[in-house]
Amino acid sequence: MLQVESLSKRYGERVAVNAVSFSIAQGETVGLLGPNGAGKTTAIAMISGISRPDGGEVTLGGVSLARDANALKRRVGLVPQDLALYEELSAWANLQLFGGLYGLSAAELQPRAKAALALVGLADRSTDRVNTFSGGMKRRLNIAGALLHEPDLILLDEPTVGVDPQSRNAIFDNLEELKRRGKTLLYTTHYMEEAERLCDRVLILDHGRILANDTVAHFKQQYTNLEAAFMQLTGHALRDGAEA
Amino acid sequence: MNTTAIRALIRNDIRLYFTDRRAVIVGVLVPILIAGFFGYIFGGTGRSEDQGKIPIAVVDEDQSSVSRAITADLAADALLQVSALDRATAREQVKSGKQNAAAVFPQGFGEQTTKSLFSGRNKPQVELLVDPSQNTGARVIEGLLAQYSMQEISKEAFSGAYGRKAIDSYLEQLDQLEQTPLRADLRTLLNAARKLNNQIDSGAEPGSATGSGAGSSEQRNFGLSIPYTVASTQVTARDNTPYNSYAHSFAGMAVQFVLFAGIDAGVLLLLTRQRGIWQRLRSAPLSSSEFILARALATTLISLFQITVIYLAAMLVFKVRIEGSWPAFIAVVVSLCLLNATFGLMLATLGRSASTTRGLAMMATLLLVMIGGAWVPAFVFPRWLQDASRYAPTRWAVDGLDGATWRGLPFDAAVLPILVLLGSAAVCLLVAIRRFRWEE
Repeated sequence: MLQVESLSKRYGERVAVNAVSFSIAQGETVGLLGPNGAGKTTAIAMISGISRPDGGEVTLGGVSLARDANALKRRVGLVPQDLALYEELSAWANLQLFGGLYGLSAAELQPRAKAALALVGLADRSTDRVNTFSGGMKRRLNIAGALLHEPDLILLDEPTVGVDPQSRNAIFDNLEELKRRGKTLLYTTHYMEEAERLCDRVLILDHGRILANDTVAHFKQQYTNLEAAFMQLTGHALRDGAEA
Repeated sequence: MNTTAIRALIRNDIRLYFTDRRAVIVGVLVPILIAGFFGYIFGGTGRSEDQGKIPIAVVDEDQSSVSRAITADLAADALLQVSALDRATAREQVKSGKQNAAAVFPQGFGEQTTKSLFSGRNKPQVELLVDPSQNTGARVIEGLLAQYSMQEISKEAFSGAYGRKAIDSYLEQLDQLEQTPLRADLRTLLNAARKLNNQIDSGAEPGSATGSGAGSSEQRNFGLSIPYTVASTQVTARDNTPYNSYAHSFAGMAVQFVLFAGIDAGVLLLLTRQRGIWQRLRSAPLSSSEFILARALATTLISLFQITVIYLAAMLVFKVRIEGSWPAFIAVVVSLCLLNATFGLMLATLGRSASTTRGLAMMATLLLVMIGGAWVPAFVFPRWLQDASRYAPTRWAVDGLDGATWRGLPFDAAVLPILVLLGSAAVCLLVAIRRFRWEE
């Protein structure tokens, strides 16, 4: 479904993503793992059309990002790492905006917004302002905002960052439900146990390059567990640079 | 064009505006209060009796009939509020700003002035103590003092006690001098004045065959006075429609606070860029031109709401009326709102941080508004600043609103202000489009 070919991006002298290529099949959940500054967020930004690649190509279901970015964007749902919500507005008002951005009419939006809120367990809080929500509720609403236009591919950039275990568990349940519904997920995270639980396949990225691309089962077979594989491939040096 | 997305963005911006109560209060209530205050101190609806008198002090060290008469004339003038004080107190009150000026009539003022009226010598000096921060008021006082002094001194010179003594004294002096044709004429004039005074004393009314009521104030009023009267008519939209200074103050404050809303819109855009929501917007099938259009329309609608409420208050509470062309008023308002929207967008594209941009934009806006004559009428500016104000779109906005309201001008008069506002909006929009960075 998703084809990424030689995708590259540099910021000045620094190469953030260096000729990355991979593909994801329909219904597959793929984890994109890497230390801070590995290039995960930059790769997600290019695939979602936020950032223009310096080189390479992204195609989704045969639609090329370079040729028809809007057509591709309509088939992608992005859950950004930073909360992409207007906290001073209600959950419903936020979803009205996000659905409207994808051209959904009020009649189309109504059932989809209800379904999205139900999926993330916020149906009874739809009229409450987001700034009254807990961190975990905001994260779940952040996910709901990416589902309204029923995308084929959902890009999740560290969707569980900064939430308590209960909220993280609730988010896992949401993502597993999406997986059951046949959605294709590309998921970036620092947490190995998340990848082990959710992902069919894992890409390990460092210094803008893909170091490994294999199934979770195969990583476990080769390195005991995913964390061991990650540490062996990316090394033990601290990564205090900015996230890229 | 993704019109659903544009509508969603506009609706969202309007929701955000109304969610921020501070923005609504600052944008609507504060301009009404400030415009009401400015309008009141600059004359209100023009029907009020309390128009604000200029406070002056009179120090009468002479206590002559002349100085007392001048003081009475000044006190009766509608422009002045006169206090009789001693010299030290008067000086102190001018210094502290309680009085705009103090006129000091020195001892011997009445007698000396009547003598020097004919001789031109030994003129007494009236000291005028002036508050340097109240120059305009001081000039008014100087003019009124000259008018009333001339009136009372000439009256005294021709028919008062000092004047009679002075005429006798002059005639005696002339007798001792060599006769010339000019002195002969002067003698004739002075004798005529003496004869006139004698007639008054004997009861014969000057200019009357019968004569009666000698010594009445009307008969004794032979002094010089201004040989015309002034009928002052306020040239407003229609005859008998008094000037309503609220119309100007509401124009000025509407322009100022609508521009503040433009700044808020620009800052909101800058803040949006720094939040995750920007990524959501960027990942949607939305072009930069659709996004700019939505922002411009949303800010225009919010500005229209503000101006509508401000002018509703102006009309319902402060009796401001559209005395001129309604289409002109609407066109000026819409042009101003468009300028405001594009001004906000331009700020967002030029600014880097929200706080710095807000500070600089506030400063620029206040300057534009001041130069535009929204606070203080432009005629008090030096000439170069008056000329410079023609380059400020705010001046044209205020002029356009003034023209449609209290000046009662036709649509034609609003064409230039509308063109200047739309031209300025186009420039702001071009800069915004050129500098807008949609990409990360």
